[in-house]
Amino acid sequence: MKNNTKISVRNLNFYYGSNQALFDNWLDIPANRVTAVIGPSGCGKSTHLRVYNRIFELHRNQRATGEVLLDGENILAPGVDLLDLRRRVGMIFQKPTPFPMSIFDNVAYPLRLHYKLSRSEMADRVEQALRSACIWDEVKDKLRESGMALSGGQQQRLCIARAIAAEPEVLLMDEPTSAIDPVATLRIEELVLELRQRFTIVIVTHNMQQASRISDYTAFFYKGSIVEVGETSRIFTNPSCKKTEEYITGRFG
Amino acid sequence: MMNSQQISVLTAAQRRPLLFRKLKNKVLSVFSLFSVVLAVGGMVWILCTVLTHGAQSISWEFLTSPSKPYGEPGSGIANALLGTLMMTGVATLLAVPPAMAGGIYLAEFGQGSRLAAVLRFCANVMMGVPSIIVGLFVYVLLVVSTGNFSGFAGAVALAVIMFPVVMRTTEDMLSMVPVTLRESALALGMSRARATLCIVARSARNGLVTGVLLALARVSGETAPLLFTAMFADAWPGGFFSRPTASIPVLINEYTMNSPFESMHAAGWGAALIICLLILLINILTRSIFHEKQH
Repeated sequence: MKNNTKISVRNLNFYYGSNQALFDNWLDIPANRVTAVIGPSGCGKSTHLRVYNRIFELHRNQRATGEVLLDGENILAPGVDLLDLRRRVGMIFQKPTPFPMSIFDNVAYPLRLHYKLSRSEMADRVEQALRSACIWDEVKDKLRESGMALSGGQQQRLCIARAIAAEPEVLLMDEPTSAIDPVATLRIEELVLELRQRFTIVIVTHNMQQASRISDYTAFFYKGSIVEVGETSRIFTNPSCKKTEEYITGRFG
Repeated sequence: MMNSQQISVLTAAQRRPLLFRKLKNKVLSVFSLFSVVLAVGGMVWILCTVLTHGAQSISWEFLTSPSKPYGEPGSGIANALLGTLMMTGVATLLAVPPAMAGGIYLAEFGQGSRLAAVLRFCANVMMGVPSIIVGLFVYVLLVVSTGNFSGFAGAVALAVIMFPVVMRTTEDMLSMVPVTLRESALALGMSRARATLCIVARSARNGLVTGVLLALARVSGETAPLLFTAMFADAWPGGFFSRPTASIPVLINEYTMNSPFESMHAAGWGAALIICLLILLINILTRSIFHEKQH
C-alpha cells in the first residue's frame, strides 16, 4: 500500500472558528483504489474529505493546519493553484447539484473550463463521460433538455459524469447516495467499482454495508480522530480496536 | 411522589374542556376572514373608482396625442406616457448594474463582514427615506446646478429609489441558492467570479428579474421625486437632459388638482387608469416569470 500512495495526510488539524474538529489525522490514500471513510455522525468524515480539494475555504472561519500531499506536493501550501488543484481532484456531493442548463452543457462545462476542444471532440467526450457514469442510455435522446428535470438518482449520475468529464486524478464522494433511493444507490455503487480502474476514489459513507461492498480500504473516524485504517476485509472481520468493533457491530453510531 | 400507576392513566375529569378552544379557533378564523375582506375589498374599491372615472376618457386619440394647454379640447397623455417610459427606463439602466453588483457583494463576498453590515444598514435606511426627500436631494444636485428641470434629473431620482430595493432583492435571491451549488461549481475548478456569475446568478435568474420588475413597478407610480426634478410639460419630451419632461403621475397631479376644467379632471382619471394597468401588467409579468421557476 505504501509504494503507490496518491494522497498522504500528515498531522492534519481542522478548526471551525475556535472549535477543533479534526485532531492530528494521518492517512495514506492508495492510488486506483476505493477508500471508504466511516464513522458516526459528526465525527469529522466530511470535514476531512473537504480538505482534499480545499473546498472548505469557501466558508469563513474554517481553517486547516498540517499537510496533505497529493503526489508528494503539499496542497495546503500557500502557493498552490486552487483552480488546478480542483481540476485534479473532483468532488461529488451529498445532494445532486445539476447546473441550471442542459444535460449536455452540464457535462461540457468542466471540459470547456479547462480545455480547448473541437466541437466533435467535445461531443465525444461528453458522451464518454455520460457512458462512464452509466446514464448515457437514459439521456442520449434529450441532451438539450435541462439537467434539473432528471430524477434524483439520474441527477447524481449526471453530476458524476460532470465530475469525471475533465478526467481528474482523484474523485471525492461525500455521502453520494444518502439523498437517493435504494435502486439508484445500487447503480452508483456498481459505478464506483467500475470507476476505480481509472480514478483514486475516497468515499465518505454512513452506510457500513456500502463501505464493505465497494471499498478496498476503510478508515474509521471517531470524534475527529482516525481510530483505525486498514483493508476493508480485515476492518470488517477482525478490527484491532474495540471502538471500531463496537461501531461496526452496531453498538453505537 | 407519584407512582407509575398514577402517571399512566389519564382520567376524563382531567381533560380540558374543548368548547373554549373551539371558540378561540372560530374567533380567529372569522377575524382573519374579515381582514381579507377588508384588504381585498379596499383594493377592489380603489380599482372600481379608477375604472368608473377613467374608462370614459380612454380612446385611441387619448393615448396617442400629447397633452394640450389648459382648456383646449382633444388633449391626450401620450407625452406623459413616453416621459414615464423614458424616465423609468433610464432609471433602470442607472440603478440596476450597481445595485446588482452590490447585491452580489452582500450575498457572495461580504457576507458576515463589517462592510457588508454597514452597506446593508444603509440600504435599509435608504429604503425608508421618504421619496420627496430624494426629490429634493436631486433637485439640489442636478436642477439647481444646471439651472433647468430635466427628464434625466427625474430618472436619477427614480434610480436612487430603485437602488436599495434591487440591491436587497438581489442579495435575498442569491442567498436562496443552496451552498452546495456554489461548492460544486468551485469543486470543478471554476473561479469565484465565474461560479457566481455563470452558476449562482444563473440559477437565481428569474428571482433577479422579478426583483427588478417589482422595483420598476414601484417607481413607475412615484410622483414626489419627479415634482422638483422632471416637473411637467405640455408637449412631447423635447430634451431629456435640459427640458422639463412630463410623466403620468405628475400629469395626474396637475390635471386633477391644479385645473378648474372638468375635461382635465376626466383626463387625469384616465391617466390614473393607465398607470394602474401598467403596474398590473408588470405584476402579472413578474408572477409568470417567477412561476416558471418552480417547474
